Amino acid sequence: MANPLKCDLCSKPATVHLTQILDNKVHKVDLCEECAQEKGVTDPSGFSLADLLLKASLNPEAGGVRCEQCGFTPADFKKQGRFGCPACYGAFKGILDPMLDSMHKGTTHAGKVPARALERKNLYDRLTKLEFDLSEAIKAERYEEAARCRDEINQVRQAVDQKPSR
Amino acid sequence: MTIGSLIDTPSELTDATSSKSAIVLMTRIRLARNLAGQPFPGWAKAAQREKILETCRTAVAATGAMKKGLAIGVAELGELERKILVERHLISRELSGSKQGSGVVISKDQAFSVMINEEDHLRIQMLRSGFQLKKAWQQINDLDSTLEETLDFAFSPELGYLTACPTNLGTGMRASAMMHLPALVIASQMEKVVRAVNQLGMVVRGLFGEGSDASGSIFQISNQTTLGESEEEILKRLAGVLQSIIEHELNARARLLEADAPKLFDKIGRAYGILQNGHVLSSNEAMNLLSLIRLGVDLSVFSDEKRAIIDRLFIEAQPGHLQHAQKGEFEAGQRDLLRAERLRSEFANFARPDFTLSGRGNN
Repeated sequence: MANPLKCDLCSKPATVHLTQILDNKVHKVDLCEECAQEKGVTDPSGFSLADLLLKASLNPEAGGVRCEQCGFTPADFKKQGRFGCPACYGAFKGILDPMLDSMHKGTTHAGKVPARALERKNLYDRLTKLEFDLSEAIKAERYEEAARCRDEINQVRQAVDQKPSR
Repeated sequence: MTIGSLIDTPSELTDATSSKSAIVLMTRIRLARNLAGQPFPGWAKAAQREKILETCRTAVAATGAMKKGLAIGVAELGELERKILVERHLISRELSGSKQGSGVVISKDQAFSVMINEEDHLRIQMLRSGFQLKKAWQQINDLDSTLEETLDFAFSPELGYLTACPTNLGTGMRASAMMHLPALVIASQMEKVVRAVNQLGMVVRGLFGEGSDASGSIFQISNQTTLGESEEEILKRLAGVLQSIIEHELNARARLLEADAPKLFDKIGRAYGILQNGHVLSSNEAMNLLSLIRLGVDLSVFSDEKRAIIDRLFIEAQPGHLQHAQKGEFEAGQRDLLRAERLRSEFANFARPDFTLSGRGNN
């Protein structure tokens, strides 16, 4: 063999070639014997190709990306197989997106939405913005606008109070 | 409720009156949820974990579903108590092995359990005996919505609920059924079933989840993917797969009876003999023998009401439950003697098999 396949996880020559069909999509991996043993490839029930592919696809030297929220790096992911915090999904979007397609049925959420929590968040976001507008208006001595902000703030506060908090 | 009284109360799964189902022993749904703006448990610092635990524990314990339930830190649980909770599927092996800053809240009837700081901040779980995906979803959905009133979950409109592992993204939902499939095992068809089920986007695992073996011919079948479909669509797909596995199992039973009934009856009869007279039984062997007796019940070799006893023994033959019943610490070898003794006394008055009835009540 002039150009033997390399293991997807390390760079040794690959001797185990696995094809798994999941949701009518074909996934292929090439592994060396050690990695195949270690990942339990020989056990059809306890092995998820999707997990393996995900780890293999993440290049630890991927341009020094780092989650600003929690300091997580792709190298950490490779080690742990899990992310650091919810913001990591934004930080590693470029690496993750191609993988989601093979991992899941689709790439866009189609299920339950935490409606109450989102509504609450919207109200708070609006309140924060209004309070900012109010202080700006007062600073600029635009009193009519300030009065309007104040009225709106009162309305939003009322709406917040009406939400059962527990 | 204390951990002691919880352990002494039979769960729905060990309750003799509720176990009517033949092939699907139990249904389970779990939802993964995380708090917005907080690091996931595996990455959080000890102090952050403690704070997250406190926030979640307070919110979960305050819900109606958890009224008079148990809220406890994993560190406060003894080794045996953890083992028993794992055997009842109320906590995972991963949680039972975790150190500081994780906990669990369990409802009084042991139908709900919420693990805190396992892989995700919250792992909300609902267990029901039998094939009850719809009902389980309704109830867990209600609990989740209640929690939403006090907790801000990490959520993105595009990716859904954000989870520590991207394999749980979207709905964060894993729905599973515990199935008793002895005929498919005897006929060596499980491998084929596993492959077919995988192709339909579902996963087959052993009794205690990832990496566990299928002792007692009990398998867990669950959805593999969580993103791109609604909860209802996933459940509908899973229900379809379960239904077809049930049919395959029933067909396999019919074929076994047709092809070589004496061989099948021999297995069941021997299992009965060993359970009634054996003196050394490992947990694995006990599970496999009980599985054959359960198959005997399904084939009307034993009376129908015996199925509940077998389902109870499936759990009570586990090492943790056995140790608890005997009030002491035992070596594995000693446990095998105790297990056999326990099963001998259970089977001393267990009516003899009647092989003439067989085939009449093949569910």
